[in-house]
Amino acid sequence: MTDAMDKRAAGNPPAPGMDVELYLGMYEQMAKIRAFENKVNELYTSAKMPGLSHLYIGEEAVAVGVCSALTREDYITSTHRGHGHCLAKGAQVDRMFAELLGKKAGYCAGKGGSMHIADPQSGNLGANAIVGGSAAIATGAALAAKKLGNGRVVVCFFGEGALGQGLLYEAMNMAQLWKLPILYVCENNQYNEYTHFRETAAGELADRPKAFGIHTETVDGQDVRLVYETAQRLVERARRGEGPAFLLCETYRYHGHHVGDIDRSYYRSKEEERYWQEQRDPLKTLADWLSGAFQVHRSAFEQIENSVRAEVEAGAEFAIQAPFPDLSEVTEHVYAESPDA
Amino acid sequence: MSMQNRPMREITFGEAIREALAEELRRDPRVFIIGEDVAEAGTPFKVLSGLVQEFGPERIMDSPISEAAITGMGVGAAMTGMRPVVDIMFGDFVTLVMDQMVNQAAKMHYMSGGSWKVPMVLRTTMGATRRSAAQHSQSLHALLSHIPGLKVAIPSTPYDAKGLLKTAIRDENPVVFFEDKMMYRNKGLVPEGEYTIPFGVADVKRPGSDITIVATSSMVAVALGAADKLAEIGLSAEVIDPRTTLPLDKEALIQSAKKTSRAIVVDEGYEQYGVTAEIASVIADGAFYYLDAPVKRMGAMNVPIPFSPVLEDLTVPTEQAVFDMAKTLCGRV
Repeated sequence: MTDAMDKRAAGNPPAPGMDVELYLGMYEQMAKIRAFENKVNELYTSAKMPGLSHLYIGEEAVAVGVCSALTREDYITSTHRGHGHCLAKGAQVDRMFAELLGKKAGYCAGKGGSMHIADPQSGNLGANAIVGGSAAIATGAALAAKKLGNGRVVVCFFGEGALGQGLLYEAMNMAQLWKLPILYVCENNQYNEYTHFRETAAGELADRPKAFGIHTETVDGQDVRLVYETAQRLVERARRGEGPAFLLCETYRYHGHHVGDIDRSYYRSKEEERYWQEQRDPLKTLADWLSGAFQVHRSAFEQIENSVRAEVEAGAEFAIQAPFPDLSEVTEHVYAESPDA
Repeated sequence: MSMQNRPMREITFGEAIREALAEELRRDPRVFIIGEDVAEAGTPFKVLSGLVQEFGPERIMDSPISEAAITGMGVGAAMTGMRPVVDIMFGDFVTLVMDQMVNQAAKMHYMSGGSWKVPMVLRTTMGATRRSAAQHSQSLHALLSHIPGLKVAIPSTPYDAKGLLKTAIRDENPVVFFEDKMMYRNKGLVPEGEYTIPFGVADVKRPGSDITIVATSSMVAVALGAADKLAEIGLSAEVIDPRTTLPLDKEALIQSAKKTSRAIVVDEGYEQYGVTAEIASVIADGAFYYLDAPVKRMGAMNVPIPFSPVLEDLTVPTEQAVFDMAKTLCGRV
């Protein structure tokens, strides 16, 4: 963890755009997510990982920008494409890998897997494998935060595919009615699985939350500075009791819907993929800005990349070596222990 | 103070529910109620009348007509420090909340390796013969009883309703609580003051020796009526109520069947793939060598509940039908 991140955790964020350490910290987090996801892909293709995974590569600026505006006590809900959110909110690489491999040391003791990482310590209410499935859970956590007066804010992450789910609208309606401290973060990565969102969504996406009177902003989700500055404003607004907001982030999924989605020509072109990877990459965008504005040398980024790669390699190795759960654990945690009546 | 020494009062099933809620709302500031028309209206059944006056609109929250979202919000609020009681007006509407209950609430604790808990209650209704037709009359508790991670209570008396609801609210897991809307005005003895009833403990409503009638919710009164008639012809029926379908007190049901050697299971849910099937299987398996007759099941007829009173009344097991079945099983013609 960098010094800048320590400062943030202590609740003392520096002024946006003024602190090179802050943005180097975000670069490190984005690089870590990318290295993590590349390793996941490698584990999958070498048949070391059971099941499959939905990679977050290309969308790193959204998770990092938004979570950088949160405290550790704030809550998030995540999605089937959730590794980035979990890492950005404070999950450790080794326990993440352990969960992906179904090991006892994982965040869910091996019972959740890639799509269900949850961690009370970092305020992660859980990744959800039902598209839009956490919209009401997140909103309920915001209701609880308001009732308890604990000053916490909830971020509900979802993809543009979730805009097809009615639950989200039911929940946003109540969030606005009751001025709940929640930020709905829509990651428009352009595709609902294998279908472009223009084929599934009528009208403009941002008009939908606006219909409830919810404060709505749209940002370039590839620019972590913009995401962070906007999220910070919206989070602080929610913390002041001014109600929910909706942040639409335009972004792109570099890989397929999941690790096995290799041949994508029937739904999108190589040219389009190249455009986003070459012209709109969130790491490159931030590195260019840091180099220009602060004369950060290329070697600084290389150093960060080497360090996160080492962390990822060590984390994956830990997970590979870690034991599977004992077979007796299959019936554990079906129910939480309750007081005797 | 033991239950026997307490002053008893006769109150209705609806009043017992209200008392349980009011006591828990007073006892624990984390408890709140959310649902459609729960505040000033006190629900269409008036079960919650007066609560908003005592506890205010922050704790008795009227919601939009959004069953799925209020249930999901209950899940999120429960995970983060509250004890929500979600009111779903008609049991038929549980179909609208199924993803939140089945994929979210029920699995959260397990899926997170035990790190998150969902201490919430979903109160809803069941029961036909209110002339409300196919979408307001079903008893869908079997759907929820199918799901590991949920608990399901289905009380038959004011006494059980109060004690079980207080237990439900204190439980650390998601509990679905089914109240037969035709029983809200039924009266029964309830002691004054605090008590709870543990889940998974069946209650013998009438001891007997010739045949066991396992009955739930509204069917307990039907079974007791049948038992009276059976007594007139010299047959002693034991009526036993599991009170919760999940967890299920298998041992008590098996022991009763072993004692009587015959069993009928009566429940107001649809008969096919229903609660009766599960309980009959438990008894057939556990009491096999003691049984003198096949275990019989009586549930709601396998048709959508019709509106016309003459048709609707055919769909629910009656005293006479249970009496006839018991008589046949006992070899009387």
